[in-house]
Amino acid sequence: MNRCERLGKDALARRVARDIRDGSIVNLGIGMPTRVADCLPTGIEVVLHSENGILGVGPAPPPGEEDYDLVNAGKQPVTLRPGGAYFHHADSFAMMRGGHLDLCVLGAYQVSATGDLANWHTGEAGAIPAVGGAMDLAIGARQTWVMMELLDKQGRSKLVERCSYPLTGIACVARVYTDLATFACGPAGLTLIDAVPRLSRDALEAMIGLPLRGVA
Amino acid sequence: MIDKIAASVADALHGIADGATVLIGGFGTAGIPDELIDGLIAQGARELTVVNNNAGNGQTGLAALLAAGRVRKIVCSFPRQVDSQVFDGLYRSGRIELELVPQGTLAERLRAAGAGIGAFYTPTGHGTELARGKETRVIDGRPHVLEYPIRGDVALIKAEAGDRWGNLVYRKAARNFGPVMATAAEFTVASVHRIVEPGALDPEAIVTPGIYVSRIVQVARVATRAGGFKSAATA
Repeated sequence: MNRCERLGKDALARRVARDIRDGSIVNLGIGMPTRVADCLPTGIEVVLHSENGILGVGPAPPPGEEDYDLVNAGKQPVTLRPGGAYFHHADSFAMMRGGHLDLCVLGAYQVSATGDLANWHTGEAGAIPAVGGAMDLAIGARQTWVMMELLDKQGRSKLVERCSYPLTGIACVARVYTDLATFACGPAGLTLIDAVPRLSRDALEAMIGLPLRGVA
Repeated sequence: MIDKIAASVADALHGIADGATVLIGGFGTAGIPDELIDGLIAQGARELTVVNNNAGNGQTGLAALLAAGRVRKIVCSFPRQVDSQVFDGLYRSGRIELELVPQGTLAERLRAAGAGIGAFYTPTGHGTELARGKETRVIDGRPHVLEYPIRGDVALIKAEAGDRWGNLVYRKAARNFGPVMATAAEFTVASVHRIVEPGALDPEAIVTPGIYVSRIVQVARVATRAGGFKSAATA
């Protein structure tokens, strides 16, 4: 990967946004996935769901107009788009668990080649566990995509054969968008969808330590 | 005549016993019934089990109840926040028990309690640490986990407006757990900013019918403060 250039966070958000279809109902997770909202292609209509009982989440309000009764899952102030609706928590998670969301995009600590997801707990001694809606989203949306950097701070691949962190869900991730390449996960393992320029499949396989099917 | 209006927060909370399970609405700071929590601190009940999505923010409200040493156990989905220092300290020193529940399972366990459902199977959490030791069953080829209702002795919730029958409407995303907690408790107290005459709330728009509400009490409107921010996964 000497000469290849990693996607920055915004470029990665744009890469994810490019694959979201017109008319989709989408839940964006905390952190990096939240950026996707600002990168959706113009001319398509996407309804954003927030676990705390909102469909039709709009952009952040201008400074001074924040209303903390209208926040997203990360407790950041948001707005409601015309046509949006409020509902209670049991209904909100019925939408999620019941397969009514087309897509959710989540961050991750690790994803396995077969789509197991670890994104809620490092399992470290003294770490306070917190799960929120991650487990419901991971298994409930019709498709779950992960958005993350491919390598951790030590340079180890976060795409792995088996997750070492505690699992959020089993075989639930369909695609993984990273700063170096895009992958599909499935029972047969990883398929390479695309990669940044000048990054070969061989180099990616060496980086991840797992075989990659597909061309790119 | 039915009149559920309490003259004060203290009147509304009269009778909450030591050891009670208290369902407290809110998500972060939105929908947190701060005045009722302050009232519970003043009321004095101890050894409480508290059910809330989070575990308190900053030093006030639920965090103050925890700091006062009145909570034996908390049932929640997301205790760890940037401003959950009171809970973090109690948890790390072993002075509070935590039951961590996926958020949708938390909401559905409350719903089940209110709806008279004995237990339910959910796919959420299957194969994870949070399902360890629980019964499982494969339904339509998909593994599910058996989950039991969470019933409250008391629910403390925040609504926007109500009438003397206990009918309630909420404000924006401050609705969150209020409606489902109202159904799940033996005794539900709602704080409201406005009390209106029966008939003034549009019957098509009432979110919580009065059947689920025991007492309502009017409190001054204070803008919901910021709080409860999550930090992103950073590994």
